[in-house]
Amino acid sequence: MKAALDTPRTLLGKIWDEHEILRHPSGPSLLYIDRDMIHEGSFHAFADLKARGLKPRRPKQIFGVADHYVPTRGRTAQDAATPAIARMIETFDENMQWGGVRHFSLSDRRQGIVHVVAPEQGITLPGLTLVCSDSHTSTQGALGSIAFGIGQSENAHVLATQTLWQLRPKVMRVTIDGVLAEGVTAKDVMLALIAKIGAAGAGGYAIEFAGSVVRGLSIEGRLTLCNMSIEAAARFGMVAPDDTTFAYVRGRHYAPSEQEWEGAVAYWRTLASDEGAYFDREVHLDAAEIAPMVTWGTSPEDAVAIDGLVPDPARFDSADRRKSAQKSLDYMGLKPGMALQGLALDKVFIGSCTNSRIEDLRSAAAMIKGRKAVIPSIIVPGSTQVREQAEAEGLAALFRDAGFEWRESGCSMCAAINGDVIGPGERCASTSNRNFVGRQGPGARTHLVSPAMAAAAAVTGCLTDIRRNGGGVA
Amino acid sequence: MRAFVREASKVVVIPGMNCDTDQIIPGRFLKSDRAQGYGQYLFHDIRRTSAGALDEAFPLNQAGAETATILLVEDNFGCGSSREGAVYALVDHGIRAVIGPSFGDIFYNNALKNGLLPVRLPSEICHSLATHLAHAKDGEVVVDLQAAEVVLPGNLGTHPVVIDAFARDCILRGLDEIDMTFTFMEHIQDFEAKRLASHPWLDR
Repeated sequence: MKAALDTPRTLLGKIWDEHEILRHPSGPSLLYIDRDMIHEGSFHAFADLKARGLKPRRPKQIFGVADHYVPTRGRTAQDAATPAIARMIETFDENMQWGGVRHFSLSDRRQGIVHVVAPEQGITLPGLTLVCSDSHTSTQGALGSIAFGIGQSENAHVLATQTLWQLRPKVMRVTIDGVLAEGVTAKDVMLALIAKIGAAGAGGYAIEFAGSVVRGLSIEGRLTLCNMSIEAAARFGMVAPDDTTFAYVRGRHYAPSEQEWEGAVAYWRTLASDEGAYFDREVHLDAAEIAPMVTWGTSPEDAVAIDGLVPDPARFDSADRRKSAQKSLDYMGLKPGMALQGLALDKVFIGSCTNSRIEDLRSAAAMIKGRKAVIPSIIVPGSTQVREQAEAEGLAALFRDAGFEWRESGCSMCAAINGDVIGPGERCASTSNRNFVGRQGPGARTHLVSPAMAAAAAVTGCLTDIRRNGGGVA
Repeated sequence: MRAFVREASKVVVIPGMNCDTDQIIPGRFLKSDRAQGYGQYLFHDIRRTSAGALDEAFPLNQAGAETATILLVEDNFGCGSSREGAVYALVDHGIRAVIGPSFGDIFYNNALKNGLLPVRLPSEICHSLATHLAHAKDGEVVVDLQAAEVVLPGNLGTHPVVIDAFARDCILRGLDEIDMTFTFMEHIQDFEAKRLASHPWLDR
């Protein structure tokens, strides 16, 4: 059933083999799931359990975090935008209590966006299988785990059995070598990758990120890479755990204790893909060719360098793509050949599981340089801990002084279901992950950018090349 | 789960590559109780004009579309958010099968758990079918999962339904996966006991 010991294996293959309880004669593995992360949207799964007369089977391996619907202007359910939204938060707390599930509710200091909180608390660890009914669960593979998004039926299955039937995905290795130019971040790498391989480019694959750029990235940067794997259609993003990972994990609340530490690290060091392991597809990116990126359309694949132009749909190679690109331009209110740099904006959003960690906030703060936001700009830290850290470092004061709104943590304007929305026709530079039609509110126009690019846009009021404005980068 | 064995129907063509689950059901409806039905939210914003009226140009709003149970879609349908509400909306509207070149992986799995059959057909065949349907709107498609084939109208032929054997068996029988997995509980418990012993921090 398991691969012979001398067959070189990938990171994914090793963790998969370790968690395969059995393989069904017709193909899929029954995988053991170490951790299930729950958020407010899980009410369907809880309704399913209740209807069956079941309870969560392994509550200690399940963690709840309120994030999608939480208000960012206050910390009680009464601060929610509407009574119906408040009800979602209350239902979540009730379900967690009913199920005996440990949870970080709205007022808890450990609250935040589930994909920010789980690594922060040491819930995400190398070598684990972790699921959450959220597509951006791919984020958490950055620590060297198999982490993937599921739906509510699968969530109910995990709650009831602590397992899932899964087909092993193919593995695509994305190697990023060279040196990133100043002002170019993990976000830009991902937008460049998705522009290259397409929004469906990694469907059916897990992406393993490798190369000198990835090795040199902090955990925060790696989380951003893996986060956006799903925007290339890969349900899994992964980075082999290394010393950077171990240093990040050590001492976190749910991580192995100091007595267990050496043994855990020794095992984690065996997880990296073996020399000669087979990858179903290889993609290479040269870091030197990546510029700060911005999206012009309504799919994350619609990304170009900030000094680029809105493309002409007529130049795309397929009829479907031409039609979709034209529809995107109509929605975005753009014309072929327009420069993106200098495009006037209405709003800026800095936040989301893609870019709301402390490093993201530092890089945004570095762009401000005593200037003021000239358009409404909000900053939503990824977790209450990130918020507290940013306050301790003086970043919050800097943002407030510059006219940014400094909010409480949550998904906010990325999912745009908590009441934080962009108005119809408004144009927003956003550090989130999806520029879909209506994603940030009906009629909202989203341009995906890095935190530094978003901060620069806030103080200029338009899309701005951070390599030229003298704001922290040459 | 409702079983899927065979479905014969007219087909509604939903245009657009990368039709994400936000288009299938906007996020603001996801807090709704399933008992009230999610069909009313299907393609909510893209099937309406900005004033809120049903847009006659949207295929699902056209005469005859209400009885169709099969959709034809473009590449990467159901990408984006993992919201199972997208599948609930399709199912509650009465859709039984979605044919397209590729699907978002999470959407694909969610569909199978709800008796909605996603059928992957090569791009060229999907294009030919769309072209055919543009001229012959009432052309019927038969999705026969028992025979693992799709019969297309006109001279477009019969094509295999490629689906993994496990998923096919589950949806053909309308199998409840949780009940089925419980039959493996001894294996799960043995495995778990060893895993928690070697990774005690998982059990705190």
